[in-house]
Amino acid sequence: MRMLPRFLSGLLCLCLLCGLPLAAQAQDDPGQALLDPLATASYAEKGEAIEAIIESGDARSRRWLEALLGGKLQRHKDTGRFVVVVENRGRNWPVVDALSFEDAGEMSRRELDRIGINNALRGQLQGALAVLDLHADEVRERREAARALLGDVDAGLVEPIRAVIDGEEDAEVRRLLEQALAIHRLEEGEAAAVDALSGSLNAQVRSALNAASRSEDPELAAAATSALADIEQKMTLNRGLETLYFGLSLGSVLVLAAIGLAITFGVMGGINMAHGELIMLGAYTTWAMQQLLPGQPGLALLLSIPAGFLVAALAGVVIERGVIQFLKGRPLETLLATFGVSLILQQLVRTVISPQNRSVVTPEWMSGSLMLNEGLSLTLNRLYVLGFALVVFAALMLVMRRTRLGLEVRAVTQNRGMARAMGIRATRVDILTFALGAGVAGLAGVALSQLTNVGPNLGQNYIIDSFMVVVFGGVGNLWGTLVAGLSLGVINQVLEPWAGAVLAKIVVLVFIILFIQKRPRGLFPQKGRAAEG
Amino acid sequence: MNFLQSLADRERVFDFLAPAASPVDVRHGPILYLEDVSVSFDGFKAIDALNLTIDDGELRCIIGPNGAGKTTMMDIITGKTRPDAGSAWFGSRHDLLTMNEPEIASLGIGRKFQKPTVFEALTVFENLELAMAADKRILPTLTARLTGEVCERIEEVLATIGLIELRQAPAGILSHGQKQWLEIGMLLMQRPRLLLVDEPVAGMTEQEMERTAELLTGLAGKGKQSVVVVEHDMGFVRSIARTVTVLHQGSVLAEGSMERVASDPKVVEVYLGVEGEVA
Amino acid sequence: MWLTRPFRERATRLFLGILLAALALVTLLNLAVPAGHPLHVSTYTVTLLGKYLSYALLAVAVDLVWGYLGILSLGHGAFFALGGYAMGMYLMRQIGDRGTYGDPVLPDFMVFLDWDSLPWYWLGFDMAWFAFLMVLLAPGLLALVFGFLAFRSRVTGVYLSIITQAMTFALMLAFFRNEMGFGGNNGLTDFRELLGFDLRSDATRLGLFLATGIALALGYVLCRAIVASKLGRVSVACRDAEARTRFLGYRVERFQLFVFVVSAMLAGLAGALYVPQVGIINPSEFSPIFSIEVVLWVALGGRATLYGAVIGALLVNYAKTVFTGVMPDAWLFALGGMFVLVTVFLPKGIAGLLRLRPWRRAGTSQPTAGEAAT
Repeated sequence: MRMLPRFLSGLLCLCLLCGLPLAAQAQDDPGQALLDPLATASYAEKGEAIEAIIESGDARSRRWLEALLGGKLQRHKDTGRFVVVVENRGRNWPVVDALSFEDAGEMSRRELDRIGINNALRGQLQGALAVLDLHADEVRERREAARALLGDVDAGLVEPIRAVIDGEEDAEVRRLLEQALAIHRLEEGEAAAVDALSGSLNAQVRSALNAASRSEDPELAAAATSALADIEQKMTLNRGLETLYFGLSLGSVLVLAAIGLAITFGVMGGINMAHGELIMLGAYTTWAMQQLLPGQPGLALLLSIPAGFLVAALAGVVIERGVIQFLKGRPLETLLATFGVSLILQQLVRTVISPQNRSVVTPEWMSGSLMLNEGLSLTLNRLYVLGFALVVFAALMLVMRRTRLGLEVRAVTQNRGMARAMGIRATRVDILTFALGAGVAGLAGVALSQLTNVGPNLGQNYIIDSFMVVVFGGVGNLWGTLVAGLSLGVINQVLEPWAGAVLAKIVVLVFIILFIQKRPRGLFPQKGRAAEG
Repeated sequence: MNFLQSLADRERVFDFLAPAASPVDVRHGPILYLEDVSVSFDGFKAIDALNLTIDDGELRCIIGPNGAGKTTMMDIITGKTRPDAGSAWFGSRHDLLTMNEPEIASLGIGRKFQKPTVFEALTVFENLELAMAADKRILPTLTARLTGEVCERIEEVLATIGLIELRQAPAGILSHGQKQWLEIGMLLMQRPRLLLVDEPVAGMTEQEMERTAELLTGLAGKGKQSVVVVEHDMGFVRSIARTVTVLHQGSVLAEGSMERVASDPKVVEVYLGVEGEVA
Repeated sequence: MWLTRPFRERATRLFLGILLAALALVTLLNLAVPAGHPLHVSTYTVTLLGKYLSYALLAVAVDLVWGYLGILSLGHGAFFALGGYAMGMYLMRQIGDRGTYGDPVLPDFMVFLDWDSLPWYWLGFDMAWFAFLMVLLAPGLLALVFGFLAFRSRVTGVYLSIITQAMTFALMLAFFRNEMGFGGNNGLTDFRELLGFDLRSDATRLGLFLATGIALALGYVLCRAIVASKLGRVSVACRDAEARTRFLGYRVERFQLFVFVVSAMLAGLAGALYVPQVGIINPSEFSPIFSIEVVLWVALGGRATLYGAVIGALLVNYAKTVFTGVMPDAWLFALGGMFVLVTVFLPKGIAGLLRLRPWRRAGTSQPTAGEAAT
């Protein structure tokens, strides 16, 4: 045991030796110049030094000041090196270098000088820390800091904030800070402060106004109440917009899921019950892509768009050639056989991959949300899916309207016999259409993987909904599918708050059954001379 | 082909050819009356302000090029298609536009389709049985029994359409011509006041055509059936027609005897000229 | 009399003969052969067979609408389950105060949910006659309303199939909810007795098996009587050429509705016989996959034959019992494969292989004799 102190002192020497070049380096660091003045006994000088640190905008300022406030910023007696104590228990404290924040081993507390502060400095430091981020270079960070100040302003912060407002270029930051000050003034009972707050949707603003509306001062209470009513109105609008957004988002998923079904349904006249499983395949393709490209979820997702399309399209072709082609003109049998296929595909995934859900990573640029105002932010992944659905829709429209394949598909859909007579190879059209419809289902799966977990039952839930969309929109009409999908999504979301998710689904089902009473051919029926028989 | 001779025997009275009791009121004029009927599909005017009057007991032929609106007209009369405008009356009492297909059928309007449509899974006998004028509500149908009288009638019609030997065959195995006959037989079982016959002789031999012509002309008569025939075969139309109506682009282009119609320059231009077979 | 007409058909007599002989044989092997003897049929097996027979009755009901009317109902599981729930509600009320919580009126799950009185739709289910009436009326009424709406707007084919599937799906979601008052997720279970007979006794189980067999026989005869009547031929006419049937003056939608409702009631009866034998009814009976599986039984057996439906139901369910015991993972592969193979290669099912054609009526070959005389 007697060896230990010697060993430690040896270690210390080693540290010091290593520290020497570091110290030399530290002389060039402007941080050293900022910290040095703190090593004085005069509290007034320390105050100036703190000011200097704040003004410097140095990225390390927050950590220095926090350490200073906590008494953890200390100075090595011999070398003058500044360190931050990690844990001040025992005799030897682990420390980090105050400039590089790298581990600096352990130091005995006897070697260190604490930079002491008094109450005045403590107040100054607290205020400074509160407004410190307001000096950040990034506008986004400054806004964030300003928002954090709402409701947290006390008398000591008023002056520093005023100073910041004068020097701030960004209007949004200025507005937020004015609001923060206004809340303070409101709390002080100043009725005029309400004006600065009216229209804001911030929760802190609302709670301040709420408190003010119960104030004894009638003038203040009246002003606050009317401002609250104003805000409530805005909130209602926001909630409406949010419901609409979620509805459109759900609708866009329905459109993606239904549009492939609409295409295949139009051509083969029978419903492909394995359509949901094609969606599932698309989702699993995304998962597999991310397994192949670990660490690059964004790239993997982009690559899954063509990959998911191809995988599902290929599966679609296999289904068409293997099963459906033998069941031409027997839609009910097609339904049964493809249902069998869907069972097999589901079980295949369970056996080969896992019965458990797999989670697909959402790339950074798709996570987070887009803030429209303080009460309304749109999650980015849903926004992307909505956009993706519209792009897919537009692309399909182009394929159907502008390409030879689209023309042939429309011909076969309307009159198979005549199309054949005109020299269209119906078999080829069948295969291609089926591949197209299945591929779009794959795309739906890729999009869905960003919204829900990927599991063997993923697709099952979509087949009935998709078909409802097709029925609602009118068979063989892409526009109908779009409108029907989006409106069903919105209807679902509107119903949900007062009916509950399950009941909303039931209500929609009943609605569609009743809707077919009035419009048996959907919203946008394909008119034509009804064939006989 | 002894049924041909039996049919050719014009003296014989076919009691089964007499129409069943129909509530149609023809005391005040025509049996069928279409006025200003229009219907369009996706902007295409299939029927455009069509006026048509069929008198009681009349045999009328309707001709016109493809797309002239012949089949759509039949769809409107039988309640399958609702027109956008106009009115359609059966006799002076029944507004056809307020009724659905079974109601119109039970009023006494029978229809033969362009493509022969019979119930292929049922036997010839059963096809005729179903077509027979009877109480067609559910419970009477469930408890209906084949009485001797019914069987007799079916046998008579079987003889008329020449399918006695095939009475137990599923209708699905019949040839195209036989199906045409079976469908005509079903019309006979129905005993309607007004028969709408769409291309009755397509797929028939010369001989069968002759017989159909005789059958149809025999059916029509005052107080008996009125018959509307849509046909492409000019020879056939010439052989039965008294009055011919030419449809073109959804409205009546000309009407009158075959000779008058055939010499009408407008008709020659749009229809006969193209076909070139009537001259 | 139209109801006795099937007894004049050779195929029906054959079917009934085999069915009744099988019932008698199982009874004999269960009662007279001592346990342990290789020929002994255990009560467990009897109950299993009884379950199969109730499935067979459901399959007959499905065949009536699919085979003869051309309506592929993917919602017959819902009618089956409704009949089952009606029976289950009766059995729940029979538990009385012997439940875990000992409430004399409220079933356990309601006590658990802190309900203080029975919901109105549970009233009357303590009376057997009312409950048995509801076994038929509940599915019948649903079929009536649903069918009325669907057939009136001429929803047929694939559309109708999917909408029936949506119907059963919606009902499943609804029955999963505790607030519905049907026991939510767990359904109704822990039954004690039926009409005073202890459901756990061997004699009751054998009795239930026999009752199911007889119900199957009666249901079969009823369906045969319908399809052998003129109404049956009108159904086939609706199936093959709906528009033509209308132009003959038949109100197709009414015929469809009639047959659909009869079929739904039979399905309800099957469900009611099923529940006391398996001892539980829960929302999974509403699941769309069950309904579509029933269709497979019919397809495999051969549609539009009725007896094919029975064969299919027995075969598939026996296979399911064997498979899920030996290799449970393979069952869905086998089931999926059957769907594909039957529809593609065996469109007429096993009955098509047998080439029995019982639907040719004896009467029509001699139209003036036989039928005409009765």
